[in-house]
Amino acid sequence: MTYYEFFELPPNLSIDLKDLEKRFYTLSRKWHPDMFARKSEAEKQQSLDATALLNDGYRVLKDPIQRSLYLLKLEGFDIGEQGTKDVPPELLEEVFELNMAIEELKDGDESVRPQLEAAEKKFEGMRSDIDRELETRFAAWDSSRDRNVLNEIRRLLNRRKYITNLINQTHVPDRI
Amino acid sequence: MFQIEFDQPDYVVGIDLGTTNSLVAWMNLGKPEVILGEDGDKLVPSVVSYTESGEYIVGNAARKELINHPDRTIYSVKRLMGKGVADVQEELKLFPFRIAEGSGTVISVRLGEKTLTPPEVSALILKQLKRNAEAELGRSITKAVITVPAYFNDAQRQATRDAGRIAGLEVLRLVNEPTAAALAYGLDKRKEGIIAVYDFGGGTFDISILKLHDGIFEVLATNGDTHLGGDDIDNLLLRIALEDIHSEWGEDLSHSGEAVQTLRRGVIAAKEALSFAPTATISFEWNSKQYHRELTRELFESLIKGIIDRTLGPCRDCMRDAAVTPEQIDEVVMVGGSTRIPLVRSAVEVLFRARPHTELNPDEVVALGAAVQAGILSGTVENQLLLDVTPLSLGIEVYGGVVSKIIHRNSTIPASASETFTTAVDGQTNVLIHVVQGEREMAKDCRSLARFDLKDIAPMPAGMPKVEVRFLIDANGILNVTARDARTGKEQSIEVKPSYGLTDEQVEAMIEASIENAEADLIAAQVAQARVEADSILAATDKARRKPAWNDLSNAERIAIDAAVRDLQSAWHSNDHHLINAKIEALNEATRALAENIMNAGINAALQGTKIT
Repeated sequence: MTYYEFFELPPNLSIDLKDLEKRFYTLSRKWHPDMFARKSEAEKQQSLDATALLNDGYRVLKDPIQRSLYLLKLEGFDIGEQGTKDVPPELLEEVFELNMAIEELKDGDESVRPQLEAAEKKFEGMRSDIDRELETRFAAWDSSRDRNVLNEIRRLLNRRKYITNLINQTHVPDRI
Repeated sequence: MFQIEFDQPDYVVGIDLGTTNSLVAWMNLGKPEVILGEDGDKLVPSVVSYTESGEYIVGNAARKELINHPDRTIYSVKRLMGKGVADVQEELKLFPFRIAEGSGTVISVRLGEKTLTPPEVSALILKQLKRNAEAELGRSITKAVITVPAYFNDAQRQATRDAGRIAGLEVLRLVNEPTAAALAYGLDKRKEGIIAVYDFGGGTFDISILKLHDGIFEVLATNGDTHLGGDDIDNLLLRIALEDIHSEWGEDLSHSGEAVQTLRRGVIAAKEALSFAPTATISFEWNSKQYHRELTRELFESLIKGIIDRTLGPCRDCMRDAAVTPEQIDEVVMVGGSTRIPLVRSAVEVLFRARPHTELNPDEVVALGAAVQAGILSGTVENQLLLDVTPLSLGIEVYGGVVSKIIHRNSTIPASASETFTTAVDGQTNVLIHVVQGEREMAKDCRSLARFDLKDIAPMPAGMPKVEVRFLIDANGILNVTARDARTGKEQSIEVKPSYGLTDEQVEAMIEASIENAEADLIAAQVAQARVEADSILAATDKARRKPAWNDLSNAERIAIDAAVRDLQSAWHSNDHHLINAKIEALNEATRALAENIMNAGINAALQGTKIT
């Protein structure tokens, strides 16, 4: 059973989070092991399996990124690691300079700090752009069920992952 | 018309198995209520002593033994639950635990001649609570909900569950202490809201942030330190006082168990007094020497500030993980004896910008919540439901000693993850999976949980076998692992080697031993009772010899009585209560005529109006 089926939802990428939460609470009341403490072993096991599915599903469906990766997998897309390690060509030069700056900061050169902070801000802006773009694509998939849209989403997710890694890297100097 | 319910549901009690004190509570007509101990005290100190006459005593009585027999007495054993010897080197500097030789990944402690594991010591405390509940409720208690610190790892949870099993209790649920406290406060009257529970106990610190929705308590995040509590404050003051005494008297008492215990009491008394008074005195008397040290609240607060500050980091992390700001928190609940300290209260108030709830006794609130959870499980409490989380990420060790996280911390439990494993070499028939808990990148920096050995894999070329392993954290926060062959769907055999903690076989053996001990205890009690009866009939017979009725007996009767007395006297020294009882019966028989004579003499005397003696 898919998470969508368990929540009795169509396999859409846009989800009303308030509605999802309501379903989560209703299903929790129905399936939680606390409600099965006086039942048979078989029923207890069924409750445990159902609640694990419910909780795992809620965790995935409430997060747009995890949700879209899950749907891609359901639709037969390979969502492995490939692609995420390749630097997007337009960022190549910037990433190189960023790595240099991080090294310099590690060596105690505080003058590069503003450069890193600016880079972090820039990448965060790029990530917000991707998130907005994803939202449009989500709506497109929900109305058209066009697999080309999923291809686009997959590309955006890879790019987003790469940029998130960059943001995490620019955070490193704070801890040095 | 009356309906009598013969088939009453089992009573499920709620137990707070604390570092310093333990309590048992139940739902009395829909309200949680703490059950008093034999001594009329609600708190049962978590202290166990093994007496020289070979009995275990628990609670206040055992606490007295801390001073008289520190080598036969143990406290704060919760600090050792689920730990290996290497983990507790720091504690050993401050706690007089006597670790038995040969302790490795499971610690054994010595109590006089006895050697026990921490779950066995905890089981003795649980048995005392069970007896208290049985005495109060007048029925046998076999089921319980037991609370644990939210930040307890898998090994510590398993050790607690093992303790319950050894004590003869079916542990229906392990509940996190802060979550239990939220239940006890009946905050479900508020329909919606965000609650923070700050739980600063004797040995552990927990913080949990919950979202309340129509009776559902959904834990958003939890954080804590299983090594931080009121004990740390005691130890700090104790160190200062010991140094003081060393310089005043020129005597280092830090290695005298008895002196340290006496001084610890003095230190705790002063600490507790400072919650209500601006000054207090640490008083200590030793070998007719006196030590008095006045402590102002101001100085006390400057000393403990560092300890209190250590609780604030986990609070901030917890808010970040729960994605809430201090302004969004509607209510703060205080749990644990250490929250009586004014500095703790003010620190919490500043951090959460809300006046904390302190209406319920912070020592009792966890046990009360455990009783509510027991009510939920037995069906007497409706509408309330707890959705808790796992405090630590679960991961498996992959190539290069790196951890691959499969279930993230703060995931609502039950939670599961599946991974497929294969072989690296042709014909390989088993795969070893190392499971760890923690947030660090490298397996060696995390807490090792267990090694799972997937066995009897059909020999195939490398990479061909596909074993699907399912990791499931249940509602108790305990990991369950199952494996199946992904091709055939057949269950794959799996051997669990816990890194810390007892194997199932060891727990079974302890349960057996505890049942044997229970039998031995019962027999000892029966022997003691038979001896008391023997003493009383022997004394009565002796007294009768001086009565005129004795002379009315025939020689044969007197000889028979003398023989029966001798038989009973020698049986008295046996450890066989059947034999003693048989000889009591025989003496009864032999003295029947004598007893009748005495009775008649009594009646005659009464008729004559004289008083017999």
